[in-house]
Amino acid sequence: MSNAFAAAVGDAAGATLSRLPGAGVAWLDAARHAHLSAFLRDGLPSTRSEAWKYTSLRALEQRAFALGDVDAATRSVETRMLALSGVDGPQLVFVNGMFRADLSRLDDLPAGLQLQSLAAALILDADSLREAFGTATTDAFDRLNATLAGDGVVLRVMPGVRIAAPVRLVFLGAPAAVDLAWHARALIVLGEGSELVLVEQHGDAGAHAHLGTLVSDIRLQRGARLHWNVLQEAGPGAVLIRRSAFRLATDAVATLHALELGGALVRHAITAVLEGDRARFITRGVFAPGGRQHLETRLDIRHEARDTASDALWRGVANDRGRGVLHGAITVAAGADGSDARLDNKNLLLSAQAEIDTQPVLEIHADAVKAGHGATVGQLDERVLFYLRSRGLPLEQARALLTSAFCRVALDRLDPAPLREHFAARLARHLPRLAGDSEA
Amino acid sequence: MLIIDNLHARVAGKGILKGLSLAVKAGEVHAIMGPNGAGKSTLGYVLAGREGYEVTAGTVTYDGTDLLALAPEDRATAGVFLAFQYPVEIPGVNNTYFLRTALNAQRKRRGEAELDSMQFLKLVRERLKVMQLSPDLLNRAVNEGFSGGEKKRNEIFQMAVLEPRLAILDETDSGLDIDALKLVADGVNALRAADRAFIVVTHYQRLLDYIVPDFVHVLADGRIVESGDRTLALKLEEHGYAWVAGRQPAAGAA
Ligand SMILES: Nc1ncnc2c1ncn2[C@@H]1O[C@H](COP(=O)(O)OP(=O)(O)OP(=O)(O)O)[C@@H](O)[C@H]1O
Ligand SMILES: [Mg+2]
Repeated sequence: MSNAFAAAVGDAAGATLSRLPGAGVAWLDAARHAHLSAFLRDGLPSTRSEAWKYTSLRALEQRAFALGDVDAATRSVETRMLALSGVDGPQLVFVNGMFRADLSRLDDLPAGLQLQSLAAALILDADSLREAFGTATTDAFDRLNATLAGDGVVLRVMPGVRIAAPVRLVFLGAPAAVDLAWHARALIVLGEGSELVLVEQHGDAGAHAHLGTLVSDIRLQRGARLHWNVLQEAGPGAVLIRRSAFRLATDAVATLHALELGGALVRHAITAVLEGDRARFITRGVFAPGGRQHLETRLDIRHEARDTASDALWRGVANDRGRGVLHGAITVAAGADGSDARLDNKNLLLSAQAEIDTQPVLEIHADAVKAGHGATVGQLDERVLFYLRSRGLPLEQARALLTSAFCRVALDRLDPAPLREHFAARLARHLPRLAGDSEA
Repeated sequence: MLIIDNLHARVAGKGILKGLSLAVKAGEVHAIMGPNGAGKSTLGYVLAGREGYEVTAGTVTYDGTDLLALAPEDRATAGVFLAFQYPVEIPGVNNTYFLRTALNAQRKRRGEAELDSMQFLKLVRERLKVMQLSPDLLNRAVNEGFSGGEKKRNEIFQMAVLEPRLAILDETDSGLDIDALKLVADGVNALRAADRAFIVVTHYQRLLDYIVPDFVHVLADGRIVESGDRTLALKLEEHGYAWVAGRQPAAGAA
């Protein structure tokens, strides 16, 4: 392994693995070691790999990250800027990947909600997590995460239970003496007929460079409903690689809303398998890179049962030298007759150097399928800009107004309403900064 | 208030305005008529500051300052308003919100207090008396799916709210039914004032029965070729543009 990134992992892994929560559990040790050797054998993918075609890891390969933050438990961090007023249900806060009980809220959990840190769950009852940890993968970051994740979230909603207050999962990067890597995992199960609202937030408690990986494994049993809302406002030095893998049983409905605003190099791979009849997966979001940000969202949605539905609506806006990528793959497998699959991705370039790549891929192997996809990349309409300016709006304000209007539809259906307003406000705060000052 | 002197302008490399002169005093209404493609809309765009409309010679003085040196938003703030011949649709931007944002942007730049939503709604209600517009149109996206006539009425409604000092109405009468034409004319007449001027571009003498102009000009091939009082419009209606074609610029147009 000739590169600095893998060398750092290889050097530190041995010692790290023996300290990780769950170390000593035979099946887990074996799985971690297997993933580690696979990672060290294959390293990070190059852009020749189809899945990494648009995201180069060459620069990352040259950097070494220290594994885990020994001071994570004591770093003083300011969480106020992440607060969403009125959203004060249970919350778990992670600083540099480590669970911080002092910043979290886990007392008085509503009946029917099990919520704990992964570290605690691994120590108390590792065997109950075996299935989720056993997942085979060929992705380098999945392997890294499966090897090194020692903390994260374990959440279960009991059958038939509706949890009204949104549960927040907050991941914060905090400045440290060295560049840090952290790896977290979320295991989430919604029992039959249950309902949950989740907020996943990424932010920074001060500028610094770090690499974070988060793998979320989400299962919805029959008729369960999940509203998953992601507010990604990581700091300018953050490399953030996430996978959210959804599996939906009969009549289950998962809705994912995401705002991808922060970070230097950010990738979110969303996979959804519609395993049961009439399962529905809705995903909507906005990615808005400026500066030299690189933000990639990947959708891989598989319809495997009859009358399943998926609806993806994404808006991308890029300014400066920002780069956005949306890869949207939808597969309707043989037998998934009567399925309905939609993908709508419109993008806006605010400067000549900005770039957005959109790649819809639709594969249909079933009958009586309704499917539609549309993807466009355009610019602000000069005639409309002039119209606004002729009414007195300064150019920057006109650009920001049009950019917000362009993105608004992506949040239209975010429930509950107070959360929608928070998300809209965060987007409204981000876009003028993004759209306002362009050299274009 | 407005002095246009020997204005030459190009669009996409092609000369469109070729020595246009016109003087407009506060309180006056000037009608501009002329054949298709003569440069009437071009004049409106040049005055409002649209990019791509390049002035190659001549001057435009507004209230003693060089209008051409100002950005479009600064011209609006200084009181210049263009009612577009083809108002654009702006999906996703609420009509009322847009208008309040525009008004407050102007007020802010003029150093005036911005209006809160209550004050603004009060103003809107008042202006609706001048220019009726269904509440449905107020709550939709700007011009989106509006009929041709509704778009024109929306332009005049915006004018009533923004209260410009120099309003250029580019064929606001085109596409209006007879009742709407009267409404638009009433709207304009209600705003006529000693410190406000209008340039009304139209193809139809009928509008001028309702908005009685102080002067009528003929714009042909990028110049004002004839000027007169309102009876000029009647003559044009009768004889067509053929009889003014080929004339030299009218000496000291109005
Ligand atoms: N962007 C452009 N590119 C090329 N030619 C243009 C452009 N804009 C205007 N022109 C030309 O300039 C000339 C004047 O156009 P303008 O719209 O000012 O005419 P007008 O007098 O308003 O006509 P109408 O009565 O039909 O509205 C026309 O020949 C038109 O084709
Ligand atoms: Mg015209």
